[in-house]
Amino acid sequence: MAVLIDKNTRLLVQGLTGREGTFHAKQAAAYGTTVVGGVTPGKGGTSHEGWPVFNTVAECVKGTRANASVIFVPPAGAADALLEAADTELPLAVCITEGIPVLDMMRVFAAIRGGRTRVIGPNCPGLITAGQAKAGIIPGHICREGRVGIVSKSGTLTYEAIHQLTRNGLGQTTCIGIGGDPLIGTSFIDALELFAKDPATEAVVMIGEIGGNAEEDAAAWIKANFNKPVVGFIAGQTAPPGKGTAAEKMDALQRAGVRVVKSPADIGAAVKELLKA
Amino acid sequence: MKIHEYQAKTILAKYGVPVPQGEVVFGAAEAGEVARRLGGGTVVVKAQIHAGGRGKGGGVKVVKGPDDAQAAAQKMIGMNLVTYQTGPQGQKVQRVLVERGLKIKRELYLGLVVDRTTERPVLMVSSEGGVEIEKVAEDTPERIFKEFVHPAIGLSAFQTRKLAFALGLEGAQIGQASKLMAALYQAFIATDASLLEINPLIVTEEGNLLALDAKMNFDDNALYRHPDIKELRDLTEEDPLEIEASKYSLNYIKLDGFVGCMVNGAGLAMATMDIIKLAGGEPANFLDVGGGANAEQIKNAFRILMADTHVRAVLINIFGGILRCDVLAEGVIAAVKDLGVPVPIVIRMEGTNVEKGKQMLKESGLNFTTADDMNEAAQKVVALGRK
Repeated sequence: MAVLIDKNTRLLVQGLTGREGTFHAKQAAAYGTTVVGGVTPGKGGTSHEGWPVFNTVAECVKGTRANASVIFVPPAGAADALLEAADTELPLAVCITEGIPVLDMMRVFAAIRGGRTRVIGPNCPGLITAGQAKAGIIPGHICREGRVGIVSKSGTLTYEAIHQLTRNGLGQTTCIGIGGDPLIGTSFIDALELFAKDPATEAVVMIGEIGGNAEEDAAAWIKANFNKPVVGFIAGQTAPPGKGTAAEKMDALQRAGVRVVKSPADIGAAVKELLKA
Repeated sequence: MKIHEYQAKTILAKYGVPVPQGEVVFGAAEAGEVARRLGGGTVVVKAQIHAGGRGKGGGVKVVKGPDDAQAAAQKMIGMNLVTYQTGPQGQKVQRVLVERGLKIKRELYLGLVVDRTTERPVLMVSSEGGVEIEKVAEDTPERIFKEFVHPAIGLSAFQTRKLAFALGLEGAQIGQASKLMAALYQAFIATDASLLEINPLIVTEEGNLLALDAKMNFDDNALYRHPDIKELRDLTEEDPLEIEASKYSLNYIKLDGFVGCMVNGAGLAMATMDIIKLAGGEPANFLDVGGGANAEQIKNAFRILMADTHVRAVLINIFGGILRCDVLAEGVIAAVKDLGVPVPIVIRMEGTNVEKGKQMLKESGLNFTTADDMNEAAQKVVALGRK
């Protein structure tokens, strides 16, 4: 078991023929993901690295029975790509693109919230279910099938957490990079709700960053609803003071029963300890 | 991106927001001339720097007549204005705004941002203008009124009326305020602003509404579609090393410590600074080389790091995903050979091609200290930096 993606995922790539799209489609396939095709407007009917290319997401879904999309479209077109994915009612759209204007994302969410498509990101590393499938840029070779879910605002810090869990022999279920932009599709709480229902996930690592109040909201939700052990880390403890400081967030999580580690090097060991207890 | 008050006012005026009459000048004599053109009466001379809190630091002067305007500008231009936002070193004043003085009856607050929770623009107003809004929010939150705007519909007339009444405005002012708020919203959306603040919005003795101050920040990610706004960037307000870094797509922020850091990814970069501090050191900078850095960028990153003379040791912490460890090693070796880095370097890398990268560092014949995890790396670099 896992959440959001697994062996049954049929992944299409929006922006498949670009450099990033090509590289990461191959990486995903090499990891065992069923990559079914791609969308590049104007290149429909051709094939790319053995995958069929379509002009529109709708055609791609019809032709390949894709049930998830990963988006590697440059910032100026990424919001439109998300709208197109949502228009076909794909259950999952993972937007890796960094640098999308906030007002573009605001319009996207105003249009698609309440619809069938769950968005991950933008400006995120995507997600991976250890040993099964991945959509995005998280390196597969550092993951091991295991017991812990990860939800994180940060990219490379997610890799760090994955690495520590692997080194500690715990492994991962699904690792979700939700992205660090002001407006994102899937929040900490959304991810935690999924992990709560997943029997394979025995504990969760939650990695936040300074700014906003998503961590405080998650803390309140955890206190009221979440029964699995959580280890939390907040990056930016030494950042200059501003709104949404690391100290406030760490305090809120601690009061919600989360084991908060001060050092990013202690994440793996803390999970191990909690699972032993 | 930030711009100056006078630039923000120029933009807002274009959208129909009433602002005081005035001009920006770069010299004291011109300040006198502007005062004369404005009728020779009371004028306000305002230092144009990107930081707030200018009044308390001596950056805003109300004077009478052209001679006094010139004298005030003379004092201001070239001074290092210190405010709570500039830090103790202050910011050099290079231009001043000279505006016609107005008789103020009330000072109000107006602000626009995108709210993360509701994913909508929120227009905030308060009857407590002229002070920090954060302080109002803390002390008297009941004096702040908000309206959330549906992106597809825009700011509705009933919403601006609601806010105008909440501010205690009356008569013709209701219509004036509604028009002003609609213009602000239009300017906010049309320019991809990330923050728009009028503090204070004033009611004059005559009963008119004007934006006495204006602050606009813009979404960096949207600047590609606003070349006119991009041109307003004032590089003299920014740190020279940070400007240099941005040329190579490196995200660098200078700090006061002695441990230089080079990291990929913003979260890991912040976490690296945190662990340096936990190990008893102080980070000299934040530096995110990005996910797809190449050898050339690593070299430029080194050059920028070493331009800060306070750096006594360098910690490189890379988790290779897209950025492969062998590419990193190649870049580091080339940089050290070319630039002759005079301080100890501690390298911790993990991820794609890590063995190959480690091998390359070992065979380079250069004196690197390596570490297997973040804790060890932080302890080693702090110890070396303290020597």
